[in-house]
Amino acid sequence: MADLQSQDYIRRSATNLTPPSVRHHELEVAKLIDVSRCIGCKACQSACMEWNNLRPEMEEFHGAYENPHDLNPGTWTLMRFAEYEDEQGNLEWLIRKDGCMHCEDPGCLKACPAPGAIVQYANGIVDFISENCIGCGYCVKGCPFNIPRISAQDHKSYKCTLCSDRVGVGLEPACVKTCPTGAIMFGSKDDMKDWAGERIAELKERGFQNAGLYDPPEVGGTHVMYVLHHADKPSLYSGLPDKPHISALVGAWKGFLKPLALAGLAFAAVSTFVHSIVSGPNETTEEDEEAARREMSGPEMSGRGNSEGKGKS
Amino acid sequence: MDLSRRGFIKLSGAGLAASSLGALGFGLAGSALAASVRPFRLTAATETRNTCTYCSVACGILIYSQGDRAKNVKSSVIHIEGDPDHPVNRGTLCPKGAGLLDIVRAPGRLTVPKYRPAGASEWKEVSWDFALDRIATLMKQDRDAHFVEKNAAGDTVNRWLSTGMLAASASSSETAYATWKVARSLGMLAFDNQARV
Repeated sequence: MADLQSQDYIRRSATNLTPPSVRHHELEVAKLIDVSRCIGCKACQSACMEWNNLRPEMEEFHGAYENPHDLNPGTWTLMRFAEYEDEQGNLEWLIRKDGCMHCEDPGCLKACPAPGAIVQYANGIVDFISENCIGCGYCVKGCPFNIPRISAQDHKSYKCTLCSDRVGVGLEPACVKTCPTGAIMFGSKDDMKDWAGERIAELKERGFQNAGLYDPPEVGGTHVMYVLHHADKPSLYSGLPDKPHISALVGAWKGFLKPLALAGLAFAAVSTFVHSIVSGPNETTEEDEEAARREMSGPEMSGRGNSEGKGKS
Repeated sequence: MDLSRRGFIKLSGAGLAASSLGALGFGLAGSALAASVRPFRLTAATETRNTCTYCSVACGILIYSQGDRAKNVKSSVIHIEGDPDHPVNRGTLCPKGAGLLDIVRAPGRLTVPKYRPAGASEWKEVSWDFALDRIATLMKQDRDAHFVEKNAAGDTVNRWLSTGMLAASASSSETAYATWKVARSLGMLAFDNQARV
Protein backbone atom coordinates (compact mmCIF):
# COMPACT_ATOMS: atom_id res chain seq x y z
CA MET A 1 0.00 0.00 0.00
CA ALA A 2 1.23 3.42 -0.88
CA ASP A 3 2.53 5.23 2.15
CA LEU A 4 1.70 8.71 0.92
CA GLN A 5 0.44 10.37 4.03
CA SER A 6 2.34 8.67 6.82
CA GLN A 7 2.80 11.91 8.74
CA ASP A 8 -0.60 13.33 8.11
CA TYR A 9 -3.12 11.11 9.78
CA ILE A 10 -3.87 11.59 13.44
CA ARG A 11 -6.27 8.72 14.10
CA ARG A 12 -6.69 5.29 12.60
CA SER A 13 -9.44 2.76 13.29
CA ALA A 14 -8.78 -0.30 15.50
CA THR A 15 -5.16 0.68 16.09
CA ASN A 16 -3.57 1.52 19.40
CA LEU A 17 -0.24 2.65 18.04
CA THR A 18 0.49 6.36 18.25
CA PRO A 19 0.25 7.81 14.76
CA PRO A 20 3.20 9.77 13.43
CA SER A 21 2.58 13.42 14.13
CA VAL A 22 5.65 15.43 13.23
CA ARG A 23 3.68 17.84 11.07
CA HIS A 24 2.18 20.14 13.66
CA HIS A 25 1.21 22.95 11.37
CA GLU A 26 -1.39 21.30 9.20
CA LEU A 27 -4.25 23.72 8.61
CA GLU A 28 -7.65 22.47 9.70
CA VAL A 29 -10.05 22.74 6.79
CA ALA A 30 -13.82 23.09 6.85
CA LYS A 31 -16.75 23.23 4.50
CA LEU A 32 -19.47 25.71 5.38
CA ILE A 33 -22.95 25.08 3.99
CA ASP A 34 -25.09 28.19 4.19
CA VAL A 35 -28.58 26.73 4.04
CA SER A 36 -30.08 30.21 3.68
CA ARG A 37 -28.32 30.75 0.35
CA CYS A 38 -29.00 27.31 -1.12
CA ILE A 39 -31.49 27.12 -4.01
CA GLY A 40 -31.48 23.32 -4.15
CA CYS A 41 -30.11 23.13 -7.71
CA LYS A 42 -28.10 19.98 -6.93
CA ALA A 43 -25.00 21.15 -8.82
CA CYS A 44 -23.01 19.86 -5.82
CA GLN A 45 -24.58 16.43 -6.21
CA SER A 46 -23.79 16.43 -9.91
CA ALA A 47 -20.20 17.64 -9.44
CA CYS A 48 -19.62 15.09 -6.68
CA MET A 49 -20.65 12.22 -8.92
CA GLU A 50 -18.62 13.57 -11.83
CA TRP A 51 -15.41 14.02 -9.83
CA ASN A 52 -15.66 10.76 -7.94
CA ASN A 53 -16.69 8.76 -11.03
CA LEU A 54 -19.94 7.69 -9.42
CA ARG A 55 -23.00 6.84 -11.52
CA PRO A 56 -25.59 5.32 -9.20
CA GLU A 57 -28.53 3.53 -10.74
CA MET A 58 -31.40 5.67 -11.95
CA GLU A 59 -34.34 5.58 -9.56
CA GLU A 60 -38.09 5.97 -9.85
CA PHE A 61 -39.81 9.21 -8.81
CA HIS A 62 -40.71 9.00 -5.14
CA GLY A 63 -43.01 12.00 -4.94
CA ALA A 64 -40.35 14.33 -3.56
CA TYR A 65 -37.49 16.42 -4.84
CA GLU A 66 -34.87 14.16 -3.32
CA ASN A 67 -33.22 12.28 -6.14
CA PRO A 68 -32.20 9.57 -5.41
CA HIS A 69 -34.45 9.16 -2.39
CA ASP A 70 -31.57 8.51 0.02
CA LEU A 71 -27.80 8.45 0.24
CA ASN A 72 -26.31 5.29 -1.27
CA PRO A 73 -22.82 3.93 -2.03
CA GLY A 74 -22.79 5.99 -5.25
CA THR A 75 -24.45 9.12 -3.82
CA TRP A 76 -22.16 10.71 -1.28
CA THR A 77 -24.09 13.92 -1.00
CA LEU A 78 -27.82 14.46 -1.31
CA MET A 79 -30.06 17.51 -1.26
CA ARG A 80 -32.87 17.02 1.23
CA PHE A 81 -36.01 19.14 0.96
CA ALA A 82 -38.27 19.96 3.92
CA GLU A 83 -41.38 22.10 3.99
CA TYR A 84 -41.86 24.02 7.21
CA GLU A 85 -44.58 26.40 8.25
CA ASP A 86 -43.26 28.98 10.68
CA GLU A 87 -45.12 30.68 13.57
CA GLN A 88 -46.52 33.34 11.24
CA GLY A 89 -47.85 30.69 8.91
CA ASN A 90 -45.27 31.32 6.21
CA LEU A 91 -44.12 28.34 4.25
CA GLU A 92 -40.36 27.89 4.35
CA TRP A 93 -38.57 25.50 2.06
CA LEU A 94 -35.60 24.24 4.03
CA ILE A 95 -33.08 22.63 1.73
CA ARG A 96 -30.10 20.89 3.26
CA LYS A 97 -27.09 19.30 1.59
CA ASP A 98 -26.68 16.02 3.44
CA GLY A 99 -23.42 14.12 3.59
CA CYS A 100 -20.51 13.30 5.87
CA MET A 101 -19.91 15.93 8.56
CA HIS A 102 -16.24 14.97 9.10
CA CYS A 103 -16.58 15.01 12.90
CA GLU A 104 -13.67 15.96 15.10
CA ASP A 105 -14.61 12.91 17.17
CA PRO A 106 -15.78 10.46 14.50
CA GLY A 107 -18.20 7.75 15.66
CA CYS A 108 -17.52 5.68 12.55
CA LEU A 109 -13.80 5.57 13.28
CA LYS A 110 -14.41 4.69 16.92
CA ALA A 111 -16.72 1.82 16.02
CA CYS A 112 -14.58 0.44 13.18
CA PRO A 113 -12.89 -2.88 14.01
CA ALA A 114 -10.78 -3.07 10.83
CA PRO A 115 -7.29 -1.60 11.31
CA GLY A 116 -6.81 1.40 9.05
CA ALA A 117 -10.18 1.22 7.30
CA ILE A 118 -11.08 4.66 8.63
CA VAL A 119 -8.52 7.39 9.21
CA GLN A 120 -8.64 10.98 10.31
CA TYR A 121 -6.14 13.32 8.72
CA ALA A 122 -4.57 16.22 10.55
CA ASN A 123 -6.57 18.64 8.39
CA GLY A 124 -9.76 17.16 9.83
CA ILE A 125 -10.90 14.96 6.94
CA VAL A 126 -12.27 11.57 7.97
CA ASP A 127 -11.61 9.16 5.13
CA PHE A 128 -12.57 5.55 4.42
CA ILE A 129 -9.72 3.43 3.07
CA SER A 130 -11.71 0.86 1.11
CA GLU A 131 -8.78 -1.49 0.81
CA ASN A 132 -8.92 -2.15 4.56
CA CYS A 133 -12.70 -2.16 4.89
CA ILE A 134 -14.26 -5.49 5.83
CA GLY A 135 -17.84 -4.34 5.26
CA CYS A 136 -19.06 -5.13 8.77
CA GLY A 137 -21.26 -2.02 8.88
CA TYR A 138 -20.20 -0.91 12.37
CA CYS A 139 -19.45 2.56 11.00
CA VAL A 140 -23.12 2.84 10.03
CA LYS A 141 -24.06 2.13 13.62
CA GLY A 142 -21.35 4.44 14.95
CA CYS A 143 -22.26 7.45 12.80
CA PRO A 144 -24.43 10.03 14.60
CA PHE A 145 -25.64 11.40 11.26
CA ASN A 146 -26.52 8.13 9.47
CA ILE A 147 -24.14 8.70 6.55
CA PRO A 148 -22.07 5.63 5.55
CA ARG A 149 -23.65 3.14 3.15
CA ILE A 150 -22.47 -0.41 2.40
CA SER A 151 -22.20 -1.34 -1.27
CA ALA A 152 -24.07 -4.49 -2.27
CA GLN A 153 -21.42 -5.14 -4.96
CA ASP A 154 -18.16 -5.16 -3.03
CA HIS A 155 -19.48 -5.08 0.56
CA LYS A 156 -17.43 -2.04 1.50
CA SER A 157 -18.56 1.16 3.14
CA TYR A 158 -18.66 4.46 1.25
CA LYS A 159 -19.24 8.13 2.02
CA CYS A 160 -18.01 11.63 1.18
CA THR A 161 -14.22 11.98 1.33
CA LEU A 162 -14.36 15.79 1.39
CA CYS A 163 -12.49 15.24 -1.88
CA SER A 164 -9.34 14.30 0.03
CA ASP A 165 -7.62 13.80 -3.34
CA ARG A 166 -8.35 17.40 -4.33
CA VAL A 167 -7.66 18.93 -0.93
CA GLY A 168 -4.39 16.98 -0.82
CA VAL A 169 -3.10 18.84 -3.89
CA GLY A 170 -4.38 22.23 -2.76
CA LEU A 171 -7.78 22.33 -4.43
CA GLU A 172 -11.24 22.74 -2.93
CA PRO A 173 -13.82 19.92 -2.94
CA ALA A 174 -15.78 19.53 -6.18
CA CYS A 175 -19.15 20.47 -4.60
CA VAL A 176 -17.70 23.69 -3.18
CA LYS A 177 -16.21 24.77 -6.47
CA THR A 178 -19.35 24.27 -8.48
CA CYS A 179 -21.92 25.88 -6.12
CA PRO A 180 -23.45 28.72 -8.22
CA THR A 181 -24.92 30.66 -5.28
CA GLY A 182 -21.91 30.43 -2.99
CA ALA A 183 -23.93 28.48 -0.45
CA ILE A 184 -21.02 26.06 -0.03
CA MET A 185 -17.76 27.64 1.04
CA PHE A 186 -14.41 26.08 1.85
CA GLY A 187 -11.36 27.24 3.75
CA SER A 188 -9.68 27.01 7.11
CA LYS A 189 -12.02 26.17 9.95
CA ASP A 190 -11.39 29.55 11.57
CA ASP A 191 -12.13 31.47 8.39
CA MET A 192 -15.32 29.51 7.89
CA LYS A 193 -16.45 30.32 11.40
CA ASP A 194 -15.75 34.02 10.81
CA TRP A 195 -17.67 33.97 7.55
CA ALA A 196 -20.54 32.14 9.23
CA GLY A 197 -20.60 34.85 11.89
CA GLU A 198 -21.10 37.53 9.25
CA ARG A 199 -23.88 35.58 7.58
CA ILE A 200 -25.61 34.93 10.87
CA ALA A 201 -25.52 38.64 11.73
CA GLU A 202 -27.12 39.38 8.34
CA LEU A 203 -29.79 36.77 8.86
CA LYS A 204 -30.60 38.12 12.31
CA GLU A 205 -30.99 41.60 10.81
CA ARG A 206 -33.49 40.13 8.39
CA GLY A 207 -35.60 38.71 11.19
CA PHE A 208 -34.22 35.23 11.67
CA GLN A 209 -33.65 35.63 15.40
CA ASN A 210 -32.48 32.06 15.87
CA ALA A 211 -29.98 31.99 13.03
CA GLY A 212 -26.79 30.26 14.04
CA LEU A 213 -23.92 27.95 13.24
CA TYR A 214 -24.27 24.17 13.42
CA ASP A 215 -20.92 22.88 14.64
CA PRO A 216 -22.13 20.39 17.27
CA PRO A 217 -19.84 20.18 20.31
CA GLU A 218 -21.27 16.72 21.10
CA VAL A 219 -18.98 15.25 18.43
CA GLY A 220 -16.14 17.69 19.11
CA GLY A 221 -17.27 20.01 16.32
CA THR A 222 -17.40 19.12 12.65
CA HIS A 223 -15.43 19.97 9.54
CA VAL A 224 -18.65 20.40 7.61
CA MET A 225 -20.74 23.11 9.25
CA TYR A 226 -24.13 24.59 8.49
CA VAL A 227 -25.48 28.12 8.77
CA LEU A 228 -29.11 27.54 9.76
CA HIS A 229 -31.90 30.13 9.97
CA HIS A 230 -33.41 28.01 12.75
CA ALA A 231 -30.32 26.91 14.64
CA ASP A 232 -32.48 26.31 17.71
CA LYS A 233 -34.29 23.49 15.87
CA PRO A 234 -31.83 21.68 13.56
CA SER A 235 -34.25 18.75 13.28
CA LEU A 236 -36.46 20.91 11.03
CA TYR A 237 -33.86 20.39 8.32
CA SER A 238 -34.84 16.84 7.32
CA GLY A 239 -33.87 15.37 10.67
CA LEU A 240 -30.48 16.96 11.29
CA PRO A 241 -29.83 15.77 14.88
CA ASP A 242 -30.44 18.44 17.54
CA LYS A 243 -27.83 16.80 19.75
CA PRO A 244 -25.83 14.31 17.73
CA HIS A 245 -24.21 11.62 19.82
CA ILE A 246 -22.25 8.47 19.14
CA SER A 247 -24.36 5.43 20.07
CA ALA A 248 -23.96 4.37 23.73
CA LEU A 249 -23.26 0.86 22.46
CA VAL A 250 -20.14 2.04 20.62
CA GLY A 251 -19.06 4.01 23.67
CA ALA A 252 -19.50 1.01 25.98
CA TRP A 253 -17.99 -1.50 23.60
CA LYS A 254 -14.93 0.56 22.70
CA GLY A 255 -14.81 2.26 26.10
CA PHE A 256 -15.04 0.43 29.42
CA LEU A 257 -15.96 -3.00 28.01
CA LYS A 258 -12.85 -3.28 25.88
CA PRO A 259 -10.27 -3.25 28.71
CA LEU A 260 -12.55 -5.54 30.72
CA ALA A 261 -12.78 -8.04 27.90
CA LEU A 262 -9.03 -7.81 27.28
CA ALA A 263 -8.38 -8.43 30.96
CA GLY A 264 -10.72 -11.44 30.81
CA LEU A 265 -8.92 -12.81 27.76
CA ALA A 266 -5.54 -12.32 29.31
CA PHE A 267 -6.69 -13.91 32.56
CA ALA A 268 -8.04 -16.97 30.70
CA ALA A 269 -4.81 -17.35 28.74
CA VAL A 270 -2.57 -16.97 31.78
CA SER A 271 -4.66 -19.29 33.95
CA THR A 272 -4.70 -21.95 31.21
CA PHE A 273 -0.93 -21.74 31.06
CA VAL A 274 -0.54 -21.86 34.82
CA HIS A 275 -2.97 -24.76 35.06
CA SER A 276 -1.09 -26.80 32.49
CA ILE A 277 2.18 -26.17 34.37
CA VAL A 278 0.79 -26.87 37.84
CA SER A 279 -1.65 -29.73 37.29
CA GLY A 280 -0.80 -30.80 33.75
CA PRO A 281 -3.04 -33.02 31.63
CA ASN A 282 -5.47 -35.53 33.18
CA GLU A 283 -3.92 -38.98 33.55
CA THR A 284 -5.95 -42.22 33.55
CA THR A 285 -4.78 -45.12 35.66
CA GLU A 286 -5.21 -48.80 34.87
CA GLU A 287 -8.02 -48.96 37.51
CA ASP A 288 -9.96 -46.18 35.67
CA GLU A 289 -9.63 -48.09 32.38
CA GLU A 290 -10.80 -51.28 34.06
CA ALA A 291 -13.82 -49.52 35.58
CA ALA A 292 -14.68 -48.06 32.20
CA ARG A 293 -14.46 -51.43 30.48
CA ARG A 294 -16.72 -52.93 33.12
CA GLU A 295 -19.29 -50.21 32.59
CA MET A 296 -19.15 -50.60 28.79
CA SER A 297 -19.72 -54.35 28.80
CA GLY A 298 -22.57 -54.25 31.34
CA PRO A 299 -25.97 -55.74 30.27
CA GLU A 300 -27.76 -52.46 31.07
CA MET A 301 -25.66 -50.73 28.37
CA SER A 302 -28.17 -49.68 25.74
CA GLY A 303 -26.75 -46.42 24.37
CA ARG A 304 -23.42 -47.95 23.29
CA GLY A 305 -23.04 -45.83 20.24
CA ASN A 306 -23.57 -42.72 22.29
CA SER A 307 -21.00 -43.44 24.88
CA GLU A 308 -18.50 -44.49 22.21
CA GLY A 309 -19.13 -41.23 20.43
CA LYS A 310 -18.51 -39.31 23.62
CA GLY A 311 -15.30 -41.19 24.23
CA LYS A 312 -13.93 -40.26 20.83
CA SER A 313 -15.01 -36.68 20.60
CA MET B 1 -9.62 -33.14 10.29
CA ASP B 2 -9.39 -35.53 13.20
CA LEU B 3 -9.25 -33.37 16.29
CA SER B 4 -9.27 -34.87 19.76
CA ARG B 5 -10.92 -33.06 22.61
CA ARG B 6 -7.54 -32.38 24.17
CA GLY B 7 -6.15 -31.11 20.85
CA PHE B 8 -9.11 -28.80 20.44
CA ILE B 9 -8.64 -27.31 23.90
CA LYS B 10 -4.91 -26.86 23.28
CA LEU B 11 -5.58 -25.14 19.98
CA SER B 12 -8.17 -22.80 21.45
CA GLY B 13 -5.78 -21.99 24.28
CA ALA B 14 -3.04 -21.14 21.82
CA GLY B 15 -5.42 -19.01 19.78
CA LEU B 16 -6.61 -17.21 22.87
CA ALA B 17 -3.06 -16.50 23.96
CA ALA B 18 -2.10 -15.23 20.51
CA SER B 19 -5.10 -12.93 20.21
CA SER B 20 -4.54 -11.64 23.75
CA LEU B 21 -0.96 -10.77 22.87
CA GLY B 22 -2.14 -9.02 19.73
CA ALA B 23 -4.81 -7.11 21.61
CA LEU B 24 -2.30 -6.04 24.22
CA GLY B 25 -0.27 -4.29 21.55
CA PHE B 26 2.30 -6.88 20.59
CA GLY B 27 1.04 -7.05 17.01
CA LEU B 28 3.23 -6.78 13.95
CA ALA B 29 4.42 -3.23 13.51
CA GLY B 30 4.03 -3.75 9.76
CA SER B 31 0.29 -3.78 10.10
CA ALA B 32 0.37 -0.14 11.13
CA LEU B 33 0.79 1.09 7.57
CA ALA B 34 -0.49 4.55 6.89
CA ALA B 35 -3.52 5.35 4.85
CA SER B 36 -3.39 6.73 1.37
CA VAL B 37 -5.72 9.08 -0.43
CA ARG B 38 -6.84 8.49 -3.98
CA PRO B 39 -4.13 9.87 -6.27
CA PHE B 40 -5.07 13.19 -7.87
CA ARG B 41 -6.26 12.26 -11.33
CA LEU B 42 -5.55 15.43 -13.33
CA THR B 43 -1.84 15.81 -12.60
CA ALA B 44 -0.64 15.59 -16.21
CA ALA B 45 -3.95 15.79 -18.05
CA THR B 46 -4.29 18.35 -20.85
CA GLU B 47 -6.32 21.36 -19.80
CA THR B 48 -8.40 23.16 -22.44
CA ARG B 49 -10.47 26.30 -21.87
CA ASN B 50 -13.91 26.40 -23.43
CA THR B 51 -17.47 27.64 -22.94
CA CYS B 52 -20.30 25.55 -21.54
CA THR B 53 -22.61 24.25 -24.27
CA TYR B 54 -25.86 24.91 -22.48
CA CYS B 55 -27.49 28.25 -21.77
CA SER B 56 -26.68 31.84 -22.68
CA VAL B 57 -24.93 32.51 -19.38
CA ALA B 58 -21.92 30.98 -21.19
CA CYS B 59 -19.87 29.82 -18.23
CA GLY B 60 -16.19 29.22 -18.73
CA ILE B 61 -15.14 25.60 -18.37
CA LEU B 62 -11.89 23.69 -18.16
CA ILE B 63 -11.87 20.45 -20.11
CA TYR B 64 -9.35 17.89 -18.95
CA SER B 65 -8.35 15.16 -21.35
CA GLN B 66 -6.30 12.04 -20.98
CA GLY B 67 -2.87 12.28 -22.56
CA ASP B 68 -0.43 15.12 -23.25
CA ARG B 69 -1.31 15.46 -26.96
CA ALA B 70 1.64 13.34 -28.01
CA LYS B 71 1.52 12.09 -31.59
CA ASN B 72 0.38 8.60 -30.70
CA VAL B 73 -2.34 9.60 -28.27
CA LYS B 74 -5.96 10.14 -29.09
CA SER B 75 -7.15 12.49 -26.36
CA SER B 76 -10.39 11.73 -24.61
CA VAL B 77 -12.22 13.99 -22.19
CA ILE B 78 -11.98 12.69 -18.62
CA HIS B 79 -13.23 15.59 -16.53
CA ILE B 80 -14.84 19.02 -16.85
CA GLU B 81 -15.06 21.70 -14.21
CA GLY B 82 -15.60 25.44 -13.98
CA ASP B 83 -12.90 27.90 -15.02
CA PRO B 84 -11.98 29.98 -11.94
CA ASP B 85 -10.47 32.70 -14.16
CA HIS B 86 -13.63 33.18 -16.22
CA PRO B 87 -15.43 36.39 -15.21
CA VAL B 88 -18.90 34.97 -15.83
CA ASN B 89 -18.89 32.06 -13.42
CA ARG B 90 -15.53 32.22 -11.58
CA GLY B 91 -15.32 28.45 -11.37
CA THR B 92 -18.92 27.63 -10.55
CA LEU B 93 -21.23 25.52 -12.68
CA CYS B 94 -24.91 24.60 -12.46
CA PRO B 95 -25.96 20.92 -12.19
CA LYS B 96 -26.11 20.58 -15.97
CA GLY B 97 -22.70 22.18 -16.41
CA ALA B 98 -21.25 20.08 -13.61
CA GLY B 99 -22.42 16.98 -15.49
CA LEU B 100 -21.08 18.05 -18.91
CA LEU B 101 -18.80 15.03 -19.08
CA ASP B 102 -21.82 12.85 -19.64
CA ILE B 103 -23.09 14.83 -22.61
CA VAL B 104 -19.65 14.56 -24.21
CA ARG B 105 -19.97 10.81 -23.85
CA ALA B 106 -23.73 10.54 -24.35
CA PRO B 107 -24.60 7.69 -26.70
CA GLY B 108 -27.35 9.80 -28.30
CA ARG B 109 -25.10 12.75 -29.02
CA LEU B 110 -25.16 14.03 -32.63
CA THR B 111 -21.61 14.00 -33.98
CA VAL B 112 -22.20 14.15 -37.76
CA PRO B 113 -24.57 16.22 -39.92
CA LYS B 114 -27.74 14.35 -40.87
CA TYR B 115 -30.12 15.03 -43.72
CA ARG B 116 -33.77 14.14 -44.25
CA PRO B 117 -34.99 15.25 -47.69
CA ALA B 118 -38.55 16.49 -47.98
CA GLY B 119 -40.90 13.52 -48.04
CA ALA B 120 -38.40 11.03 -46.66
CA SER B 121 -38.92 9.46 -43.25
CA GLU B 122 -35.33 8.48 -42.46
CA TRP B 123 -32.36 10.65 -41.53
CA LYS B 124 -29.14 9.81 -43.34
CA GLU B 125 -25.58 10.78 -42.57
CA VAL B 126 -24.07 13.33 -44.94
CA SER B 127 -20.73 15.11 -45.23
CA TRP B 128 -20.16 18.61 -43.89
CA ASP B 129 -19.52 19.78 -47.47
CA PHE B 130 -22.93 18.52 -48.56
CA ALA B 131 -24.64 20.06 -45.55
CA LEU B 132 -23.02 23.49 -45.92
CA ASP B 133 -23.60 23.59 -49.68
CA ARG B 134 -27.24 22.66 -49.17
CA ILE B 135 -27.74 25.33 -46.52
CA ALA B 136 -26.02 27.99 -48.66
CA THR B 137 -28.09 27.06 -51.73
CA LEU B 138 -31.39 27.24 -49.85
CA MET B 139 -30.44 30.53 -48.22
CA LYS B 140 -29.53 32.07 -51.54
CA GLN B 141 -32.72 30.83 -53.22
CA ASP B 142 -34.85 32.25 -50.40
CA ARG B 143 -32.98 35.53 -50.26
CA ASP B 144 -33.16 36.02 -54.04
CA ALA B 145 -36.90 35.41 -53.90
CA HIS B 146 -37.82 37.52 -50.89
CA PHE B 147 -35.20 40.23 -50.46
CA VAL B 148 -36.77 43.68 -49.90
CA GLU B 149 -34.52 46.39 -51.24
CA LYS B 150 -36.83 49.39 -50.85
CA ASN B 151 -39.93 50.01 -48.76
CA ALA B 152 -43.20 51.51 -49.95
CA ALA B 153 -41.83 55.04 -49.53
CA GLY B 154 -38.89 54.20 -51.78
CA ASP B 155 -36.25 54.27 -48.99
CA THR B 156 -33.47 51.70 -49.21
CA VAL B 157 -33.99 49.11 -46.44
CA ASN B 158 -32.23 45.91 -47.70
CA ARG B 159 -34.36 43.54 -45.60
CA TRP B 160 -34.49 39.78 -45.75
CA LEU B 161 -37.49 38.90 -43.59
CA SER B 162 -38.28 35.35 -44.68
CA THR B 163 -35.34 33.68 -42.91
CA GLY B 164 -34.16 34.02 -39.33
CA MET B 165 -31.08 32.90 -37.50
CA LEU B 166 -30.76 31.51 -34.02
CA ALA B 167 -27.04 31.39 -33.36
CA ALA B 168 -25.14 29.59 -30.65
CA SER B 169 -25.75 30.92 -27.17
CA ALA B 170 -22.44 29.71 -25.85
CA SER B 171 -20.12 32.04 -27.73
CA SER B 172 -17.43 34.47 -26.81
CA SER B 173 -17.73 38.20 -27.58
CA GLU B 174 -15.61 37.76 -30.71
CA THR B 175 -17.73 34.91 -32.05
CA ALA B 176 -20.90 36.82 -31.28
CA TYR B 177 -19.54 39.90 -33.10
CA ALA B 178 -18.69 37.87 -36.22
CA THR B 179 -22.07 36.10 -36.15
CA TRP B 180 -23.81 39.46 -35.88
CA LYS B 181 -21.92 40.88 -38.84
CA VAL B 182 -22.69 37.85 -41.05
CA ALA B 183 -26.41 37.83 -40.28
CA ARG B 184 -26.89 41.59 -40.57
CA SER B 185 -24.82 41.89 -43.77
CA LEU B 186 -27.31 39.50 -45.38
CA GLY B 187 -30.16 41.78 -44.32
CA MET B 188 -31.55 39.33 -41.78
CA LEU B 189 -33.69 40.88 -39.05
CA ALA B 190 -35.10 37.86 -37.18
CA PHE B 191 -31.94 37.08 -35.34
CA ASP B 192 -30.93 36.12 -31.82
CA ASN B 193 -27.62 35.15 -30.38
CA GLN B 194 -25.35 35.55 -27.39
CA ALA B 195 -24.63 39.19 -28.24
CA ARG B 196 -28.14 40.11 -27.04
CA VAL B 197 -27.37 38.78 -23.57
